[in-house]
Amino acid sequence: MTIGLAHYLTVASVLFTLGILGIFLNRKNVIVILMCVELMLLAVNINLVAFSVFQGNVVGQVFAMLVLTVAAAEAAIGLAILVVYFRNRGTIEVEDINAMKG
Amino acid sequence: MLLQALAFYVFAAITVAAGAMVVVSRNPVYSVLFLILAFFNAAALFVLIGAEFIAMILVIVYVGAVAVLFLFVVMMLDINLTELREGFLKYFPVGALIGAVLFAEMLLGLGIVGAGSTTISGLNTQGAQVLATDNTRAIGRVLYTQYFYLFQVAGVVLLVAMIGAIVLTLRTRPGVRRQKVGDQINRTKEQTMTVVKVPTRGGV
Repeated sequence: MTIGLAHYLTVASVLFTLGILGIFLNRKNVIVILMCVELMLLAVNINLVAFSVFQGNVVGQVFAMLVLTVAAAEAAIGLAILVVYFRNRGTIEVEDINAMKG
Repeated sequence: MLLQALAFYVFAAITVAAGAMVVVSRNPVYSVLFLILAFFNAAALFVLIGAEFIAMILVIVYVGAVAVLFLFVVMMLDINLTELREGFLKYFPVGALIGAVLFAEMLLGLGIVGAGSTTISGLNTQGAQVLATDNTRAIGRVLYTQYFYLFQVAGVVLLVAMIGAIVLTLRTRPGVRRQKVGDQINRTKEQTMTVVKVPTRGGV
C-alpha cells in the first residue's frame, strides 16, 4: 500500500488535537503550554509540507520555513517573558497571572 | 513500497506517542525530551516524502535551538512540580470534549478533500510528485527570487525577537563591582599621583 496525502494529514490533525488538549489540561504550567503551542505549529508544518510535496509545488515548503522562523521567535520571547515573570513573582502558575486585570 | 509504508507507520506512531507524552508527562524536563523525540520523528516523516531541506532545518532549529532553550529555562526555574499538576483531572473532561469535536471536524474536512468534492489543482493524493530538481535547489530558486522580501522580513522578525529577549531579561544589579576598562585607560598621572616634597628628618 502507498502512503498518500491523507496519511500525513491524519498525523498532523492528531498532533494538533494533542496540542489543544495539552493547553486545556495543563492550566497551571506555562512551560508545557508553550511546548503544546510548538506541537501545534509542528502539525501545521506537516500539513504545509505534505500539501507542497503532493502538489508538486515548492512554495509550501518556503512557507513552512517562515512558520519555523516565527515559532523560534515566539519561543524566545515567550520564555524571556516567563523568566522575567518568575523573577518577579516566584511562580509560573497561569492563574496567578492577572496582575494587569482592571 | 512496503518498506516505505512500514517506516511511515513507525515514525508516525512514535511522533504521536511522543506528542501525547509531552502533554501528560509529570515532569517538564521529560516533556521537553519527548518534544525533541517528536521533532526528530517529524523530520524523519519529512525525509520520507522527499522534503529533506525542511527536515534538516527542523532538526537544527527545533532540536538545536528551541528545545535546548526550553530545557535551559525548565532547569533554571525552580518550580514546584506537585502544585503545577493540580487541576489536571478537573479540566480533563472539557479538554477531551473540545479535542474530540475538533478532531472530528478535521477528519470530516479530510474526508471531503479525499472524496473529491473539493479539488485542488495539481493535487495528487496518492503519490508524492517528484520535483524536477533536488529539494534544496528548488527551495532556493523560489526563496531568493520570488519571496526575497518575505525572506528578509523573516530576518527582521528574528532580530526583533533577539533584541526583545535581551531587553526583557537584562537586569542591572546594584553593588556589583565590574571592571571599567575605559576608566582604567583614561586615568592620568595627575588624577592619581601626588608628588610630595618630604623634608629631611621631617617625615610626611
